[in-house]
Amino acid sequence: MKFTLSWLKTHLDTEADVSTIAKALNEIGLEVEAIEDPAKDLQGFVVAEIVSAEQHPNADRLRVCMVNAGGAPLQVVCGAPNARAGLKTVLGVPGLTVPANGMVLKLSAIRGVESRGMLCSAEELNIQAESDGIVELPKQTPVGMPAAQALGRTDPVIEIAVTPNRGDALGIRGIARDLAAKGLGHLKPLPAPQIKTGDIKAPNLIIEAPEVTRGFALCRINGVKNGPSPAWLADRLTSIGLRPINCLVDVTNLFTHDRNRPLHVFDANKVHGDLVVRRARDAETLLALDGRTYTLDQTMAVIADDRGPESLAGIMGGEASGCDEHTTDVLVECALWEPLNIAQTGRKLGIHSDARHRFERSVDSASLKEGLEQAIAMIQDLCGGIASPLTIVGQRQNPPALIDFPHHEIKRLTGIEMERAEAESILAALGFQTKPTSEGWVVTPPSWREDIEGKADLVEEVVRIAGLDRLPRTPLPKTTHISQSQLTRDQIRRTQVRRSLAARGALEAITWSFIPQQDAKMFGGGQPELALINPIAADLANMRPSLIPSLSRTLQKNADRGQTEAVLFEVGQIFLGTKPNDQVTAATMVRRGTSGVRGAGRHWLGHASKVTAFDAKADALAIVHAAGFPSERVEIVQGGPSWAHPGQSGTLKIGRDVIGAFGLLHPLVAEGLGLDAETVAAEVILEKLPLSKPKPTKAKPALLISALQPVHRDFAFLAPKTLKASEVIKALMGADKKLVTNVDIFDVYVGQGVPEGFISVALRVTLQPLNATLSEAEIDTVSKAIVAAAKSVGAELRQ
Amino acid sequence: MTHDLATLLIQAQNEISQAADEAALELVRVAWVGKKGHITELLKTLGTLPPDERREQGAAINQLKAGFDEAYQQRKTILKASALDEKLARETVDVTRPAWPNALAQGRIHPVSQVTEEITAIFADLGFAVAEGPDIETDHYNFTALNFPEAHPAREMHDTFFLPSEDGERRLLRTHTSPVQIRTMEAKKPPIRVIIPGRTYRCDSDQTHTPMFHQVEGLVIEEGANLGQLRWVLEEFCKAFFEVPQVEMRFRPSFFPFTEPSLEVDIRCRREGGDIRFGEGDDWLEILGCGMVHPNVLKNGGLDPDHVQGYAWGMGIDRLAMLKYGLPDLRAFFEGDVRWLRHYGFLPFDIPSLVTGLSS
Repeated sequence: MKFTLSWLKTHLDTEADVSTIAKALNEIGLEVEAIEDPAKDLQGFVVAEIVSAEQHPNADRLRVCMVNAGGAPLQVVCGAPNARAGLKTVLGVPGLTVPANGMVLKLSAIRGVESRGMLCSAEELNIQAESDGIVELPKQTPVGMPAAQALGRTDPVIEIAVTPNRGDALGIRGIARDLAAKGLGHLKPLPAPQIKTGDIKAPNLIIEAPEVTRGFALCRINGVKNGPSPAWLADRLTSIGLRPINCLVDVTNLFTHDRNRPLHVFDANKVHGDLVVRRARDAETLLALDGRTYTLDQTMAVIADDRGPESLAGIMGGEASGCDEHTTDVLVECALWEPLNIAQTGRKLGIHSDARHRFERSVDSASLKEGLEQAIAMIQDLCGGIASPLTIVGQRQNPPALIDFPHHEIKRLTGIEMERAEAESILAALGFQTKPTSEGWVVTPPSWREDIEGKADLVEEVVRIAGLDRLPRTPLPKTTHISQSQLTRDQIRRTQVRRSLAARGALEAITWSFIPQQDAKMFGGGQPELALINPIAADLANMRPSLIPSLSRTLQKNADRGQTEAVLFEVGQIFLGTKPNDQVTAATMVRRGTSGVRGAGRHWLGHASKVTAFDAKADALAIVHAAGFPSERVEIVQGGPSWAHPGQSGTLKIGRDVIGAFGLLHPLVAEGLGLDAETVAAEVILEKLPLSKPKPTKAKPALLISALQPVHRDFAFLAPKTLKASEVIKALMGADKKLVTNVDIFDVYVGQGVPEGFISVALRVTLQPLNATLSEAEIDTVSKAIVAAAKSVGAELRQ
Repeated sequence: MTHDLATLLIQAQNEISQAADEAALELVRVAWVGKKGHITELLKTLGTLPPDERREQGAAINQLKAGFDEAYQQRKTILKASALDEKLARETVDVTRPAWPNALAQGRIHPVSQVTEEITAIFADLGFAVAEGPDIETDHYNFTALNFPEAHPAREMHDTFFLPSEDGERRLLRTHTSPVQIRTMEAKKPPIRVIIPGRTYRCDSDQTHTPMFHQVEGLVIEEGANLGQLRWVLEEFCKAFFEVPQVEMRFRPSFFPFTEPSLEVDIRCRREGGDIRFGEGDDWLEILGCGMVHPNVLKNGGLDPDHVQGYAWGMGIDRLAMLKYGLPDLRAFFEGDVRWLRHYGFLPFDIPSLVTGLSS
């Protein structure tokens, strides 16, 4: 919303300057977005009189002028043809910047003659696009007057942001009323409209769709003389960036911005038959005043005549019945429209007109008759003509709200202490009527403030005018003296997982929650109910079922930039469905190339090899561990989800629950994601990890250490390739449940000496004696049991 | 000692001093005091001598042996030291070659996670829990329950991403964290003190907007909750968060459908180049919106607005991160450029805490 200071002053009697007004606007909730001060560029330029103008001794086209700008006469060299003695013009002295070209004026010698300034043209001062000579000011302009004032360039343009509840502030009069309430002057009364009426008949007005209008006022004025607006009106519209069209149309635009009272004018002679407010018929079209043709449907409201729609109600008029310089008889429409219908129609057709902007917020519900009368008076004043009696139909006005407003509500909601009288006078200044009660008041909001619904709104009105700097600072009481943990264990473990993964050398990324549909499909998602209807781009369209696709693609993008050695992780939401519980937290780590657990790239101490499923497995178990769950209690099952290489992936399970997976990406998935290097991923769903039960005591169980040294024995077995290492270990651990405390695989070998289809597995078994050192015979017995246990799962001791 | 023995000692000392290394010295030792060494042989002769002579000669030979031992030990110490020196010199490696990299120095926490933890640390100290809610919301929780009238321009200000309707209700990506206000009121009776950090979405993308961003909402519903208290909370928060002794905040009336009265808050700052300093200067920077929870919102949360009151505020986590840590471009937050993450990210054990300081 834009206005100029002088326009504001047509409603507000005030001495306040623009910065005072701007500060007040911010304080009362009309946020100032910009102030354009046309005088700013002209600061320092003053009115000067040329006392004498002599021919330059060395240049035909130059004159040497003696100039009086109030002080001692100055010598200025000037090339303008109109530089002559007695002329009042504008002088710039050294140090000033020429607005049009940014040149800084300097003391100089022009063709050997000293010049102490510059006489300026309107073009140089950025007032006109072109000019033939220096500015010519009226003779009576006082010497030394600031040029901005002499040139009438003093009217600052203020632009404010108006919140959606404040339709009234979309009119300059509404802004003036707020400022007056704030104490910045007085709201000027509107003159009573003087209207010349005669025996003229306006067309019949038929409301076929009463649900779209809250009232319609119409008047016909005959014998108007339309044409360009007078300068004051044209200038006013120009000053806020509007284009003057013709006087009748300009009056409607003036009312839109001046009073938040959009109007419409039809050329009466282009309207055929009755005017009907009705729903549009499907596929009806209207060529609107913006020159575009709109195809309408039956949700939209139009004002139609015998020929069809002439205007899109409350949004934009039609070209066919518009007013031009030939218009002699005019129909003036002043209506109120249902905001919801205006908003929906405007959005559907993509029309952002000043009228729509106001009608979908709010227009004074009591403005039908008064608004129309004011408009008629101005039209008759500017264009002449005789008016018909007013037709007002379909008027629906809600009964004024009566709000019980206890005085203590101000303190209850804000903490501000305010006397009754102060609150009462603020409400009165804003147009609210108050009737005192024992507790406070019964308040009736003015007709232009339909947004006021209850006492909380009244509190806002009172304190925004009183000033929010009056808010006290009231400490929030502590609930406990010593702060307590406020986080849930789910929240804590997300942090722990995050920091643990970073401690493994990985970088935390945050990627979009939406991914390309083909990516979502490869990772078990892509369901239609998880696809955005209005995505910002096709590749940001589906809610992600996994963090792997984005992280993999991001690693690839980095690699494309030469950043090949990095590991990325994310701990974030994935979407398995649309219900709140379908949103779970994935902790996901992705590696590519040689960025394995033990480092990346080539190193003189040892080159890193390509990432394998075991890097991902280590990451997966690290996530489980960081989340506070004992990773040894997770079962690793061969084979992962469809995104993974079937032979180089695994599934993490606790009991029957799948909690995550790890592995090398399936070659087809890698291809689909555009990856050009081996990529492995680990993904664990944190909510699936059971939280340990809170214990009654924080004490840890007692530490039991044997005084006896453990004994280690190494074994090598020949096992079929299909035999899982986990089964061999399980068998060996079971060979003597008391003595065997650990089994480690320290070598796996395939090659010479190992038959086809077999592998050689070397294991170290740890025996922990319990009561006494083990004898050779006892160790022998256990060893035999171990060999037998291995054999029972198909592994033969290697001879 | 006899002349002969003295000569022998000189001879032995010569041999010792000429031994070039420990092996040579060992040969000298064997030659003199070994089983058949010169001194050993001399000692063997003692048995054949008469007692007086034996005593005299014995003392002399022992003196010779002591002289030998002393020279031998001295030489041995020197040779051992030089042998060790040589060994150490041989074993020298070039320690300026790179060592294994340090994973702890390479890993990074994203600024959004870091700043969220900072905010959480401050509010947890004030007794705020962290509440959360789903990203996929219903029209009810995101708008209707928050007092957004149907088709009201306020609803249009939120450029909403929609999902297909289900069970006759429109699904969408939450445009703010405020739906969790309603969910919290439904789940818990007052007193309520929560902050609500999370992802939010609007279909908007340009220099300063991304379709996904992070907000943190605050909600207090308890006796005595009013705008004065809100002012104190926000000022204390800003001081703690920006780690400055003073801040100056400006409260302006504004409009949000879910608060009444509604306010916007600016913070005084000074901008120099890309730098922003708070608590000084003549600029004002808008940092958050807030207000008293609208009576209709309290009603929709199952509370009686005549007897229960509360306030709420919302601010951008990404924006707070940008302001505090001088991150220039919001769009870079979600691009995953490893150079950006390494530069702007935080070390794994930079854990924000009011005890050790929010940031290092």
